[in-house]
Amino acid sequence: MHATNNVIDSLQEEDTQKGKYLTFSLGDEYYAIEIKYVTEIIGMQPISEVPELPEYVKGIINLRGKIIPVMDVRLRFKKPVVSYNDRTCVIVIEISGISIGLIVDLVSEVMVIPDDDIVPPPEVSQSGNKFIKGIGKVGTDVKLLLDCDRLINENEINLLEESI
Amino acid sequence: MSDWNTNESMQEMYMFETSQQIEMLETIILENEKTNGFAMSTINEIFRIMHTIKGSSAMMLYENIATLAHHIEDLFYLIRSENRISVDYALMSDLLLDCIDFIKVELEKIRNGDSLDGDSSVLVEQIKEFQAGSMKEPEAASHYQATIFYEDGCEMENVRAITLIRNLKEVCQEVSHVPEDLGDHELSVQLIRAEGLRLFFSTERTYEEIFDVFMKASFVQDFELKEHKLPADSIVEASENKELGGKPSEESNLSSQQSMLSVHVSKLDQLMDLVGEMVIAEAMVTQNPDILGLELESFQKAARLLHKITGELQDMVMSIRMVPIGSTFQKMQRIVRDMSKKLDKEIQLSIVGEETEVDKNIIENISDPLMHLVRNAMDHGIESGEERTAKGKTSIGNLTLEAKTAGSEVQIVVRDDGKGLNKAHILQKGMEKGLVHKPESEMSDKEIYNLIFLPGFSTQENITEFSGRGVGMDVVTRNLTAIRGSISVESAEGVGTAITLKIPLTLAIIDGMNIKVGSSCYTLPTVAIREFFRPAEQDIIIDPEGNEMIIVRGRCLPILRLHHQFNVDTSIKMMSEGILIILEEDERAMCVFADSLLGQQQVVVKALPDYIKSTRNINGLAGCTLLGNGSISLILDVGGLMDGSKAEEIIQA
Repeated sequence: MHATNNVIDSLQEEDTQKGKYLTFSLGDEYYAIEIKYVTEIIGMQPISEVPELPEYVKGIINLRGKIIPVMDVRLRFKKPVVSYNDRTCVIVIEISGISIGLIVDLVSEVMVIPDDDIVPPPEVSQSGNKFIKGIGKVGTDVKLLLDCDRLINENEINLLEESI
Repeated sequence: MSDWNTNESMQEMYMFETSQQIEMLETIILENEKTNGFAMSTINEIFRIMHTIKGSSAMMLYENIATLAHHIEDLFYLIRSENRISVDYALMSDLLLDCIDFIKVELEKIRNGDSLDGDSSVLVEQIKEFQAGSMKEPEAASHYQATIFYEDGCEMENVRAITLIRNLKEVCQEVSHVPEDLGDHELSVQLIRAEGLRLFFSTERTYEEIFDVFMKASFVQDFELKEHKLPADSIVEASENKELGGKPSEESNLSSQQSMLSVHVSKLDQLMDLVGEMVIAEAMVTQNPDILGLELESFQKAARLLHKITGELQDMVMSIRMVPIGSTFQKMQRIVRDMSKKLDKEIQLSIVGEETEVDKNIIENISDPLMHLVRNAMDHGIESGEERTAKGKTSIGNLTLEAKTAGSEVQIVVRDDGKGLNKAHILQKGMEKGLVHKPESEMSDKEIYNLIFLPGFSTQENITEFSGRGVGMDVVTRNLTAIRGSISVESAEGVGTAITLKIPLTLAIIDGMNIKVGSSCYTLPTVAIREFFRPAEQDIIIDPEGNEMIIVRGRCLPILRLHHQFNVDTSIKMMSEGILIILEEDERAMCVFADSLLGQQQVVVKALPDYIKSTRNINGLAGCTLLGNGSISLILDVGGLMDGSKAEEIIQA
């Protein structure tokens, strides 16, 4: 019954947020995440390091008294490190009760990508594309739609791989 | 928004209210059991509580609780309305406590989401039996007796009877009626039809006035009103006697109730977070770099005022979370009562310092340990009446629960005047179970006593209902460690045992020492710190595996470099440039090496984000906290650090 409630809940929200995506860039590529996951966007904050975490989890930040972890999406996607500048942003997202900040190079805009303009990612070998759940066409540009669930929950599998 | 949501919050409300009512009921019964009589106000109170429980349980569709409550309500309705004195209070208390237990079990099931399968019919039967048994006939006859017959076919005779009785009560006292149960029962209707409704009551009004009341009642076919010559004095006297019993405590109970407001803990947590944010925001304003070095007299004045108010607000929020320990102690009354009956030992429980306040989370965690300690004291500690008289003690055993605040911790003492701990016996048992690792002669009394806290230790030959399985003390220590508490025993053979629990006032705030390593800041709990000093380079001993050690006052302590442990970049790697901090926990000690000390501060403990906890369980971190300047400091877990460094040694070896 509870689940039903959640469904109703999210259905109502989806009405206003459906098809809207927040786009940001890492280097030359443009990514998009569904707007319903996004809580807020903040500038770069001083990060406190936490030991023993995977490299891409940079540490924790103090978001108005709430302590949340931050993840460098560049490192998550095994891209070269660039130093943070004043355009670097933290996108705070919340998925199933977990808040996390994503460090990205640049946040561009919120845009509508209709379902019809989204195509599934090509089937490539095992490891590729695991964080991309679709490719959106906007005019002549292409936006990679991020799968936030996997971005956060794929850790355990990753850790296992690392330890092997 | 949806039905389910409201349902859930209603259930929460129901759970909260009902368990509170039940707890209150239990206290009332236990109090009155001692005075061996129920004050009229108490009976009204019990009636009221049962009525509420019945109503809310029926609303939530918890039929079995509602039925049980209904019957208790009936019972008290009778006692209340009839003022009969022939009630066996001891039996009634037992019965009521059984009912309370039943409801508690059912509530626990609701909490766990199990279905309610408890069968209350046995208890209902017992209540009925009790009702019939101890109240067959009124001992004191009423002034009037009336028998009423309703018109044939008027239907719902019982409801009409209730209406009539209500009218009658406006002019009469001590109204009782046969059949006794006028609830929704076919039986009562049949009885009224067959034998008529018989009423017994007393009044100052004249015969005529009463006659009128009956005349006005609708559908009454025929009635008979008789005046009795009565032993009225005995009734009044008896009820007055009963009034005296437990009345003062009852009144205090009521008054404390009205000034209370129940608030969900999560709201308090939010409030505390907000206040924490405000403290940081305040620092951001008053220490803003933009105003640094400016002479701003009135600004400084206003800033000081703000600082004072935020400080007070913070204290106030903390104090809201504090609840008196009394209710936990009161729960022990019940255990003592039940056990003294079963063990056939007379034991007097005295409670000292029940107004001592402790954080709510902690109260929840000490209830179990206390229960084990009380059981142990009663079962093993205090001797039977004959044994005590033979030893020249009073035949009634004494058990004391005492709470007091000492600095930032609360001490709870469970003291009995029983036979005390038998050192030789404990030692022998300890040897048998392979728990002793030292020669007997080297063991201090304290070390011997501490054996009883080890898992699996029990000197009891026979497992009794209450203790002897050897798990009790183990649970006590485990629960206490969870809330950063400690336990110690004092005992003298033949005189008694005192077990002292030391628990922190609150889990949410600790006294911390902030230290710096590289650019990171860490917080050590001050309780664990023994001393700190800057060592000379030549004092450090390095073993072949590369482990560093230092000898401090004849003790050789391992050194843990925090920058190593946590992989932090720092320029300070020379021992003579940084600082060594000696930490101690559970009689283990170690040194940690940090860059510098930042200072002591009370910090609010926050958990690490769930994401990090689920990613990896980090050894040696207990949580994190916000410092005055808004930056985050990681709180170190001393026990974890010690275990962690050991594990490393094993790997290296």
